Amino acid sequence: MSSQSVVHKGYLSSLRSRLHLDFWTFGSLLIALIVLLPIFAVFYLAMFPTENIWPHLISTVLPGYIKNTLWLMLGVCIGTFIIGTGTAWLVTMCRFPGRRVFEWALLIPLAMPAYVVAYVYTDLLNFSGPVQSLLRETFGWRTPRDYWFPNIRSLGGAISMMVLVLYPYVYLLSRSAFLEQSATMLEASRTLGCSTWQSFLRVGLPIARPSIVVGVVLALMEALNDFGTVDYFAVRTLTAGIFNVWFHMRNLGGGAQIAVVLLIFIVALILIERFARRKKRYHSSTRSIAPPRIHLTGWKAVAAIIACSLPILLGLIIPGAQLVAYSIKFYEASISAGFLTYAKNSLILSATAAVVAVTLGLFLAYAGRLGKGPFLASCLRLVSLGYAVPGAVLAVGILYPFGYFDNLLDAIMFERFGISTGLLFSGSMFILIYAYVARFLALSYGTVEAGLTRIRPNLDGAARTLGRSPSGVLRDVHVPILRGSLGTAAILVFVDTMKELPATLILRPFNFNTLATHVYQYAKDEQIEIAALGSLTIVLVGLIPTILLSYTISQSRSGGKNT
Amino acid sequence: MSIKSLFARSSKFALTASVAAATLMPLAVSANEVNVYTDRQEFLIAPLLQAFTEATGTQVNVVYASGAGMEERIKAEGRNSPVDVVMTVDVGRLVDMVNDGLTQPVSSEVIESNIPAEFRAEDGSWFGLTFRARPIYASKERVDPSEINSYLDLADEQWKGRICTRPGDHDYNLGLLAAMIHHHGEEVAREWIKGVKANLAQSPQGNDRGQVQNIYTGLCDVAIVNTYYMGAMLASDEQRPWAESVNLIFPDQDTVGTHINMSGAIVARYAPNFDQAVQLLEFLSDDLAQEMYSAGNTEYPVKPGVQWSEIVQMWGEPKFDAESPAAIADYKGLALRIMNEVDFNAGP
Repeated sequence: MSSQSVVHKGYLSSLRSRLHLDFWTFGSLLIALIVLLPIFAVFYLAMFPTENIWPHLISTVLPGYIKNTLWLMLGVCIGTFIIGTGTAWLVTMCRFPGRRVFEWALLIPLAMPAYVVAYVYTDLLNFSGPVQSLLRETFGWRTPRDYWFPNIRSLGGAISMMVLVLYPYVYLLSRSAFLEQSATMLEASRTLGCSTWQSFLRVGLPIARPSIVVGVVLALMEALNDFGTVDYFAVRTLTAGIFNVWFHMRNLGGGAQIAVVLLIFIVALILIERFARRKKRYHSSTRSIAPPRIHLTGWKAVAAIIACSLPILLGLIIPGAQLVAYSIKFYEASISAGFLTYAKNSLILSATAAVVAVTLGLFLAYAGRLGKGPFLASCLRLVSLGYAVPGAVLAVGILYPFGYFDNLLDAIMFERFGISTGLLFSGSMFILIYAYVARFLALSYGTVEAGLTRIRPNLDGAARTLGRSPSGVLRDVHVPILRGSLGTAAILVFVDTMKELPATLILRPFNFNTLATHVYQYAKDEQIEIAALGSLTIVLVGLIPTILLSYTISQSRSGGKNT
Repeated sequence: MSIKSLFARSSKFALTASVAAATLMPLAVSANEVNVYTDRQEFLIAPLLQAFTEATGTQVNVVYASGAGMEERIKAEGRNSPVDVVMTVDVGRLVDMVNDGLTQPVSSEVIESNIPAEFRAEDGSWFGLTFRARPIYASKERVDPSEINSYLDLADEQWKGRICTRPGDHDYNLGLLAAMIHHHGEEVAREWIKGVKANLAQSPQGNDRGQVQNIYTGLCDVAIVNTYYMGAMLASDEQRPWAESVNLIFPDQDTVGTHINMSGAIVARYAPNFDQAVQLLEFLSDDLAQEMYSAGNTEYPVKPGVQWSEIVQMWGEPKFDAESPAAIADYKGLALRIMNEVDFNAGP
């Protein structure tokens, strides 16, 4: 072989590897751009308010909005963190009666739409509800001035409702992190004299930090984009401000400006966390050996059972029982001819959105890992922003670019060929799937990225040395290791799409219902009793994949037989 | 068969075929259908549209686009928008659409004879279809109906700690405040809503029915609630006692009349099925549909002489404020500003 051809070959392979890099970089940037289109549109809309809303807002309600928003975020952050990581640690690291049931049951509150839980608790706990009525009868009180009872329709109430349905994000993510954690480190900590509690605080939590943070940030974004619950509880947050300005002051641009402020909140939050853990690395040295579970007995076992039961009791059993009671009582009024079709529509949309979002999330997360510079990773992290924007605002950000494109194409086709293509994307199923992916990519990307962070880069190096291409490494090394994280990502997107309401309402095609839109027409009319059956169906349909995938995740724990 | 008869038969066939083609042609070009966007609930509207299809053979396609984005969708879809008719729960929203250039005027003798002039735009750009009143609900036990004659009375000292309402930035309360601005001017309206705020029993929260429940359980004595919730409560075993614990007081009978909010419809600017759109509006404003509205959702029909539902009849024939819809369109933004300035949602 002549030296020239060696040089030539070397040049080619370096070109090829550069092209590979470029394929991943360009591919991921392109995906990020497409997904961020609605966010750009929101920024664009924010440039054209019909009038400057800020002087009025600042002098009146804005300080209150911001205060409420910050308290809400703080409350949801603390609540979901404690419940999510605490229960995840118990079910992965300890053995106690009922653990295997808790393992999946702890997920189910995720499938409960927050506003439905809020309705049910309000019916139970408000002044006119059964609890306070019983208290009044028992103690002979008459008016609210005779006794004190916490007001459910309050900031505290809103925080409680959201924590009850959002803690599963943190639970899911920290559980898969704990499962992928190496036994060796934990055992080392135990050998070095840490108690169970100490090894949780000093080893378990810190190693799982990237995943836990993703879970908490997701819960916070969901809390920020929620409108139904805070509106029902009359807690005025920035989200309420968006709708007031957009809708009642007829100032879409002004509403978009508040949405931008909300985004800044989120970006700041993410940056602060990134900064706090800069230069730290979170991969475990080995996996493959699962730590033996700590056997809990006596009062410790009882405490663990109570800790795991409470979130399920409050987030699932109490509201669920009320919904079942309503469904039975109002079955005739609730069952409608289209029910099966709605369930089928919801299933198909959710499954498609989950597959697309997980695939794109994996692509982006891996591209971020391949690209060495921090620039690419930061760009990609922006794809999460769609999740922080209220669904109705994101939907408007989707309507305009697609409407523009459709009309442009129609005009060109008509001019050139005399064919009118009409609206190609607008009002189609495509635009719904796009909306779900743009909205929920944060869930899949965040989950997968956190999973990848825990895999040591030298695994990539080894596989590349053995001749695998980057996509080969992804296929043969990462995907098998990441099975748990991928499953988690799929559950999250699936369940959230099942519940998605505001974007579906605005973007859907003619004569098209999902379970969520079907439920909403009654919930909106204050007929929660008739909405109950539909809400239960959402939970049940969301439940099946949740249990299946939960099972898969616990199987992904190697040596999972020792339960 | 002779050549002649064959010719005769084939020409007859050709004639039949061409007549058939002529009748089918328009169907092939545009199907006999009409496309509707609406923010009203499906369970209310679907039976009406089904009756329309049965009566006319025209298919109706609907997007129940509840929430804030419906107008944005129409704007974004531009001249290719498939929508023919938009139906909203609040005529104020329709007036905005007229001002945004999303509608086109319609002239139809049927519609004009069905809907009285005060319930539609002069140029036929929007039409009211039904309305709901927003009267005062007062405890039968604790309030003598003669104590309240006007919305303005609710700001009096005597109601301190006795009023319940939903949040101030809700559509219905903004609509009422907009009407107060329209009739009494900004300053009177501001002082009035401040007075109402000071009289609240608790910070504004919950929905309209919840306020009636609060009267029933004794949390407060009066509330401002839309009429059609009364129908819904009377239909429910659990909620009937709430409904039976209150009197409805229709205020301002000697002056401007009780505040109403009106639902209505427009024909979209680029409606591809214009004729069917007009046909639908004609149907919705006519006896059958108007009666269905009244019976199904305890709303007031706009067409005079249409049979009111039993519950609606129970309340007699109060005087209504026909200027409400225009006032809502003009002053809703200002109403929100005032609600913000007096910090209504903070409660007493």
